Amino acid sequence: MQSLAWIEIIGGISFQLLPVWIALILTFGFSIYYKRRLGLYGKLFDSTIGMIGFAIVMFWVFSGIFAGIFDWIITHDPLHQVSGMKNKLPGTPMRGAEEGEYPYYLFGGDHLARDVFSRMIAGGTVVILIAPLATLFSFMVGITLGLSAGYYGKRLDTNLSFLANLILAFPVILLFYLLVTPEIRATGLPQYLTVVLFAFPLIFIAVLINTRFQTTPTARNIYLTLALFIVGWAYISVINQPESKITLFNSIDLFDIDGGLLTVFVSVVFVNSPTVFRIVRGLTMDIKTRDYVAAAQTRGEGAWYIMLWEILPNARGPLIVDFCLRIGYTTILFGTLGFFGLGLEPESPNWGATINGGRKLLLMYPTPALVPSFALMSLVLGLNLLADGLREESLRD
Amino acid sequence: MLQFFLRRLAVMIVTAFTLSLIVFFITNMYPNLEKSAKNDGNFRMGDDAVLSYLTNRGYLQPFYIKYGQWLGVLPGYVIKGSDEKTRSRCQVLGMTVEDTPKYCGIIQGNWGYSSMFKERVGPILATRLGLTGKLMLCVMLLMIPASLVLGILAGMREGSKTDRGLSAFAITTTATPEYVSSIIFIAIFTSSAVGLKWLKGTATGAMEDATIDNFLLPVLTIALYGMGYIARMTRASMAEVMTSQYIRTARLKGITFYRIVIKHALRNALIAPFTVIMLQFPWLLNGVVIVETIFNYKGIGWVLVQAAGSNDIEMLLAVSVISVFVVLVTQLISDIGYVYLNPRIKVT
Repeated sequence: MQSLAWIEIIGGISFQLLPVWIALILTFGFSIYYKRRLGLYGKLFDSTIGMIGFAIVMFWVFSGIFAGIFDWIITHDPLHQVSGMKNKLPGTPMRGAEEGEYPYYLFGGDHLARDVFSRMIAGGTVVILIAPLATLFSFMVGITLGLSAGYYGKRLDTNLSFLANLILAFPVILLFYLLVTPEIRATGLPQYLTVVLFAFPLIFIAVLINTRFQTTPTARNIYLTLALFIVGWAYISVINQPESKITLFNSIDLFDIDGGLLTVFVSVVFVNSPTVFRIVRGLTMDIKTRDYVAAAQTRGEGAWYIMLWEILPNARGPLIVDFCLRIGYTTILFGTLGFFGLGLEPESPNWGATINGGRKLLLMYPTPALVPSFALMSLVLGLNLLADGLREESLRD
Repeated sequence: MLQFFLRRLAVMIVTAFTLSLIVFFITNMYPNLEKSAKNDGNFRMGDDAVLSYLTNRGYLQPFYIKYGQWLGVLPGYVIKGSDEKTRSRCQVLGMTVEDTPKYCGIIQGNWGYSSMFKERVGPILATRLGLTGKLMLCVMLLMIPASLVLGILAGMREGSKTDRGLSAFAITTTATPEYVSSIIFIAIFTSSAVGLKWLKGTATGAMEDATIDNFLLPVLTIALYGMGYIARMTRASMAEVMTSQYIRTARLKGITFYRIVIKHALRNALIAPFTVIMLQFPWLLNGVVIVETIFNYKGIGWVLVQAAGSNDIEMLLAVSVISVFVVLVTQLISDIGYVYLNPRIKVT
């Protein structure tokens, strides 16, 4: 069989991505049609920059989901090595392709004879799964601490700000090199960090429900028990790992997360939350002086009710924008970790590790390193554009 | 002002002290000690061999004593090892045990001994910091003027075509981390696959003799990532100043546009970017580590990666203390500069 020409490669990839195109068209069609009823999300479709950003982000979200759940789009197993396909150019026909197997390596093969295109899409799945979740966790930590520091002020504020500045004074890479190594994992340090950091979502949700339904104790009790049961069990399952420092709850452990992945996740949350803390603290100190907060205080509302239901909703504009930006930054951090071979399996198709793997033969075979590079860049760019569009639209009213 | 300065200095010292304590604690956890023992000795050491290695070299003393010795407030250990050899912390090659000073910590100006480079930490730091300083200086020389000009041009006429174009460029550079942009640059400018081959893909030669050939790519890589952010800040600040009343008054008086920009707008527009530039330092340090690794430029970032790989405790401590000080000093400069540039703010 002949190698594919560039135009055929583009055609082949576009065809592989067909489900993504359909999903994108459907999303945009519905969103633009109903945009007047969709609040801030709908307003996004008034800004060209916002729409471009949203399209790029949703491209990666859809391809990540379709590849992760249905096994669509990817043409070969991203970990499988095929003999004779080492460092092949894009569009090379696959040697010894069997019936039903995709007959080409669309973006060529890397230094271990794996399919570059499939690895790119699989890497996207990893990022789409982890980056927003890690950002969400850092926001819960940052919001819980930032609200209380900004609202109560005084000693609490001084101490928490000192802690935040302490973490921020560390260069991120040094922190990663100290936290994300197999030796440190053996000491259980990341696990204790997990125990502390993952407790914040639990506290956050409990306080959120408690303050909302305080006036109707029966409803509150039901919701609170239910939420604490589900989230609490998930919390225990996450912090508990067989054959590690915390094995107290082995009998009720629901699932196990790969230790390396958990360490990476926790350290990224750890690095991100001080910045979120500073933003939330600043916003809280500003909003605290408004009249509606004074009104709530006069009504005799509790401190946490005011923080979560008076201050937080009014700080949502800047926080949503920062959330988008921070997912991008988190993606970059994950890439950095992968690039230095910290935490995740070297085999795993995450973009950072793939870029590092392709770096060695960059001068002769640039595609294996360039493809994930552009993938990472486009996702982060999409998130930045999306944040820009959201900022523009939220400032308009 | 003096009181403010002194208070900030005190906070700085407390922060650096706490951070060194944390790094000391983490690097001295047992699995890490085992790693450094195996890296220094050999990788097939058994548990007993590791234990005696660590005991003989004072690694298994209580934590606070070790920290005190490193700091220089407690006398360095003198241990008669299981192999009948007496080792002392403060002993330098060629010294007898009797001659060695009692205290040798960073207070005495002794940064310790690097187990990775088999050399004293102080001289290594001096040479490597010099190299990184050279890199950073070039980055600053390129990044600051370029990003300020970009931001001012974009913010001067908000919403114009120039503004749109420059903003798109700025947002793209902030979305491209160093490890992505350097890969793209190397592929375009040095590889035989593209065929331009204008520059070199490694900066090893730049350590002695920096030329455009071998130094442009690393400098450009770090500068670009920081540039977008500063340019966007400058643009926002410039755009805000340009809508203010006194600029309108100046225009109504009939002063030409460029005169207004240069004489009236610039000084006020540059206050915000100044603080941002200073606060960019922690990010720049990250960039330095990545770029030095990719371009094989053996500065402090490269040393950090090497030292972390073999848990070279004293080297890691030295690098973290230095980088933390750089970050804190730049924060202080940023605060003081902010006050100095903006007469409306008084230090309290």
